[in-house]
Amino acid sequence: MTRARVWRTVTPWLYLAVPLALLITFTYIPVGNMIRDSFTDWDGVSPDRDYVGTRNYVELFTRPELFQVFFVSIYYLVASVVQIVLALYFATVLSFDLRFRNLFKGILFFPYLINGVAIGLVFLYFFQPHGTLDTVLSAFGVHGHHFWLGSGRMANTSLAGVSVWRFMGLNFVLFLGAIQSIPGELYEASELDGANRWQQFRHIIAPGIKPVLSLSAILAISGSLSAFEIPFIMTNGAAGTQTFVIQTVKLAFEFNKMGLASAAAVALLVIILLVTWLQRVVVPDERNDLV
Amino acid sequence: MTRKALLRALVYLSLLLAGAVVLLPLLAVFLTSLKTSEEIGQGSGALTLPHNWLNYHNYVTAFRAGKMLRAFWNTAFILVFSIGGTVLIGSMAAFAIDRFTFRLRRLVIALFLIGSLVPSVTTQVATFKIVDNFGMFDSRWAPIVLYMGTDIVSIYIFLQFIRGIPISLDEAARIDGANTFTIYWRIILPLLKPAIATVVIIKGITVYNDFYIPFLYMPSENLGTISTSLFRFKGPFGAHWEDISAGAILVMVPTLVVFLFLQRFIYNGFTRGATK
Repeated sequence: MTRARVWRTVTPWLYLAVPLALLITFTYIPVGNMIRDSFTDWDGVSPDRDYVGTRNYVELFTRPELFQVFFVSIYYLVASVVQIVLALYFATVLSFDLRFRNLFKGILFFPYLINGVAIGLVFLYFFQPHGTLDTVLSAFGVHGHHFWLGSGRMANTSLAGVSVWRFMGLNFVLFLGAIQSIPGELYEASELDGANRWQQFRHIIAPGIKPVLSLSAILAISGSLSAFEIPFIMTNGAAGTQTFVIQTVKLAFEFNKMGLASAAAVALLVIILLVTWLQRVVVPDERNDLV
Repeated sequence: MTRKALLRALVYLSLLLAGAVVLLPLLAVFLTSLKTSEEIGQGSGALTLPHNWLNYHNYVTAFRAGKMLRAFWNTAFILVFSIGGTVLIGSMAAFAIDRFTFRLRRLVIALFLIGSLVPSVTTQVATFKIVDNFGMFDSRWAPIVLYMGTDIVSIYIFLQFIRGIPISLDEAARIDGANTFTIYWRIILPLLKPAIATVVIIKGITVYNDFYIPFLYMPSENLGTISTSLFRFKGPFGAHWEDISAGAILVMVPTLVVFLFLQRFIYNGFTRGATK
């Protein structure tokens, strides 16, 4: 090989060395280690670990107190359905010419940009007994104070509500962007044909936002399973609000059950990959990027 | 009133209601941040107005006792290095993938593609040990390296953009004797400016708001970022909601300012970032 040819073979790898090294070190090696550890009883500290087969996985899916977290994610899943429906409604409404359109758009989107800890504290205050929410409710004739974060069902509903408040803006802006990229002539033509708003939504808007809608669906599912910040900051998983990720973090770093925590993380990873794959099969992406 | 006008009124009503739902919790915190602890002790409701609109006392407490200055400095340090690193790494990877044909190119692409599907929350359990082995635990380099190394969305954004830059520019430069690094540094990188702006905005907001990584990797109090320092308000300030509120407002103000000035870029950035 001539020197020039060696050079030409090596050059791309010079640019790729750092990105690939980081990708492998912080994504692939952790996944590999996690899979390996999930079959052991490692405590995360001691040098030795014993192979225990699939015991961790069996424990994860059979011990009721561990399995409980999946029921909590149902709250977040329902919340994300509400969130998508609301986002669709507001995106449709604000795609037409309205007064103060930009102001409303800004207000609806802004929560998505706010720091999660700040949101957690804002809503801890909001949900205080005799706090903001109770004050507002009493103006509408609902008196007394409520323990919004007190027990399982109520607390989870409140927390899921906060997550709608926080994430609706992103869905809304994504939908709005998709709707606005639909050529205006389509609406004009349909108006000439006598279509009403609902028919316009059904036959013009809905098909135009299908890719974004399917993206929102996976984000919703993976987001509900990996809900962490809001419940961790607000209740730290107390009163039956423990989510999958809070439980995993506690198993790993508080109870030194690295094997079990790894199994939990692998299970979550598999579920999320499965959902993503399903979405790709159901709604194939026409504009296939990279390749 | 015609049916159309009624419908229009209902639409506005729903928008006003949504606006109130978004703003009310924030307004309550803002009002509380201006009250004295006596006012709150006397059972001043969450939505009553403060006696003195210029009472900045709680902000001083939040800054001093809450160590917010230190937190803003740590966050700024992490922001600068992780954003700079992400831009360089992402653009170099995109340059290599788009402008060269080499063996294993498809494998490299597949590695990035599959890597982007792995949610980082799930892998932290194992990533923690690796960061620890590098001796980066409890230092600002842990989040910096993690933010740089696990951002595949930026590579996508750069790749999308680099395709639009005509190869004839590279060739012309090569004829003039430029090597590949000169082409990357002098031609490609300057033309990537719009993509860089997008990456800087998305990355900046994500890093500024991130809680999980600094919480896990930087437990020391003097290494607090704005998220973790604000989180620590929960303990010592107990039920001092006026101080906690001031802290929360302090953290939100920079976001609001950035949003007001860069609205258009932010909408475009997040739309592009999420759909790619």
